[in-house]
Amino acid sequence: MRRAPAALALLLAAVPAAAGCEGSGRDPGTVKIVYQDFGAFRAADPLFRRVKEEFEAANEGVTVELHPIEAPAEDYQTQVNLMNRSPADAPDIIYEDSFTINQDVDAGYLHPLDEYWADWEDAEFYSEQADAAVTALDGKRYGVMLGTDTRGLWYNSRLLEEAGVETPWRPEDWDAVLDTARELEAELGDGVVPLNVYAGTPAGEVSSMQGFQMLLAGTGDALFDEEEQKWVTGAQGFTDALEFIGTVYGEGLALDQRDALNANVATLNNDERIPDGEIAISLDGSWVTQSWIESGNRPWPEWEEEMAFAPMPTREGQEPGAASMSGGWTLAMGAHTADPGLAWRVMAHALSRENALEFAVEGAQIPVRSDVADSEEYRERSSIVPEAVELVGVTAFRPAYGDYPRISLAIQEATEQVVLGEATPEEAAAAYDAEVAGIVGPDAVTGG
Amino acid sequence: MAGETTARRGAPPALRPGPAARVLPLVPALFLLLAFFAGPVLWTVWASFTDAALTGAAAARTDFVGLRNFERLLTDPDVLDATVLTAVFLVGSGVLGQTALGLLLALLMQGRRGWVRGAVGGVVVAAWVLPEVVAGFVWAAFLEREGTLNLLLQAAGAAPQSWLTSLPILAVVLANVWKGTAFSMMAYSAALAEVPVDLKEAARVDGAGPLRVVWHVVLPLLRRTVAATLLLVTLQTVQVFTLIFVMTGGGPGGRSTTLPLLMYREALGFGDIGYGTAVGLALLVVAGLFSAVHLRTLRPEEVR
Repeated sequence: MRRAPAALALLLAAVPAAAGCEGSGRDPGTVKIVYQDFGAFRAADPLFRRVKEEFEAANEGVTVELHPIEAPAEDYQTQVNLMNRSPADAPDIIYEDSFTINQDVDAGYLHPLDEYWADWEDAEFYSEQADAAVTALDGKRYGVMLGTDTRGLWYNSRLLEEAGVETPWRPEDWDAVLDTARELEAELGDGVVPLNVYAGTPAGEVSSMQGFQMLLAGTGDALFDEEEQKWVTGAQGFTDALEFIGTVYGEGLALDQRDALNANVATLNNDERIPDGEIAISLDGSWVTQSWIESGNRPWPEWEEEMAFAPMPTREGQEPGAASMSGGWTLAMGAHTADPGLAWRVMAHALSRENALEFAVEGAQIPVRSDVADSEEYRERSSIVPEAVELVGVTAFRPAYGDYPRISLAIQEATEQVVLGEATPEEAAAAYDAEVAGIVGPDAVTGG
Repeated sequence: MAGETTARRGAPPALRPGPAARVLPLVPALFLLLAFFAGPVLWTVWASFTDAALTGAAAARTDFVGLRNFERLLTDPDVLDATVLTAVFLVGSGVLGQTALGLLLALLMQGRRGWVRGAVGGVVVAAWVLPEVVAGFVWAAFLEREGTLNLLLQAAGAAPQSWLTSLPILAVVLANVWKGTAFSMMAYSAALAEVPVDLKEAARVDGAGPLRVVWHVVLPLLRRTVAATLLLVTLQTVQVFTLIFVMTGGGPGGRSTTLPLLMYREALGFGDIGYGTAVGLALLVVAGLFSAVHLRTLRPEEVR
């Protein structure tokens, strides 16, 4: 009994120590960069290796510490958040999805960049659109865009021509997409998957964004009503998008259920199935060419002749005729950085024209710096197709709110039920509506 | 209690080193235990009453939310599904699979030649020694569409299976039986060696066949071992995470999401640490209930 107070005191001392809350233990001469290096996306690694080498050579006594994380986007964010929770481990520079900036600002993980931005001579090359994406709800700037993307239909011209489809292929509406897929199925037989649309929970955000939301964007409906600040339920467009997915999988136009419900389906598609000529049309990101260029996972120089890009049409071909979703990755500064000035200098180095150009080429990104986008060198070396760049005009973004990851999972579940034939699109949409009301509360939903 | 008497006996401070000096050697171990065991456990309990989160405003300022996480726990259909799946996984792979198979193997190996025991034991224990991640990959590769099992089925002219997607809970139960049987087998082998030979002889002289000998003589003597092994297997099985995560990721459609996977999804996938830790405590309740059942039903009776 007498020992109890001592034990308690020890315990109280141990808890914060275990949680890593005491003492920062940060070295002001070290800049820690954390970034994703996973699947087909390998462009960040060479970028930061170059930055490390160049910056350390030019600045004696400074160490640039690289922390590549090999994990899909969701797990990557979890790991970065875990690092951010501990001031001693928190990174100084974060390769950050623009979409999570608001949450991380609320959590106190990020350092505002306004004072550095104001003095940065290259700031003029960034558009207002890119500025908006990195400005949080508190009006401050927390990141600098590295690159952006769009989404649409990649198709294999050789396969389409073989099946007697006229190329360049420009479907006008959803029915035209489905008709072509049926034609391909009839002409090309079992060896070729006519149309890939991601769905189901294993592929995670890929299903939600490249799959479902690309369809929803073409219906005029949205997940979130920005005016009312409420999540939308009971939208006809939601059911229609599920209907499209149900048709594609129900008629056997898509990958086998087992292949579609595989966590690595996107990597397998772009590194293997498409170069092997096993997929005719794939609804995917503008960046997929990064797998096929020389530095990619599966160099495939013939892609330029075989693969072409068509915008994803809207449901009935209504204005603006095409739909796209966009994301964008940024560089952000960690709130616990010991020397923000130094961290900014490293960031600015990574964002320089030369580095931005290399990153855009290797990562098949749509560059944000206008002096890169407009340069002859970029146009010559980039694997991005002009049709994909044009979609920047019609593209939509995901609702950047804390509830989104759960909403996205509810979407993935709805698509999975439809793929497995466990629910009709109407039933799956109704289940989604109930799920959303449960997630955000009945007061935060509209419609239905 | 033994500790208390020792403490009292060592009371005269003048003759022996003071209590501080005696406690001192314990400090490092005590510190480690408190820091890495008691600390996290208490922190988990505390977190389950808060809205602690990985990101968002709640990460900057964590608030006490009372019983909200537990209210949600009771009404969340995912928790109910995960609890049922955890029970299925536990009964299927832990109780029926590992224990029954382990006991059967131990009985069959009794009195066999050395090399037979060595070979069978080696194979079974090898599965146990494998890291969970490796075992998960091995099983995923085995059950996959173009995996070994389907090639074998194809060669035999049978229809291919797709359990990883169609019946994921069966797939993970099979894998866990394969992986974990060694523990029960070794425990029962050791216990069987302790069963006195003359008891079995006496039963045989009385005219009992081998099955009756096992049922009426050997099993009653193994009661304590069965209780202890079942308890350990239960505690091990309810917390299996890696194997399931590697094989199915909890899917498809949450059909293999047991409580540990649900806990991971809520706490780390969605960053809702408060709710995730509440799910963790629910897991503790499930494990506790099953352990209590084992202990009660297998309470050793007085020797007849």
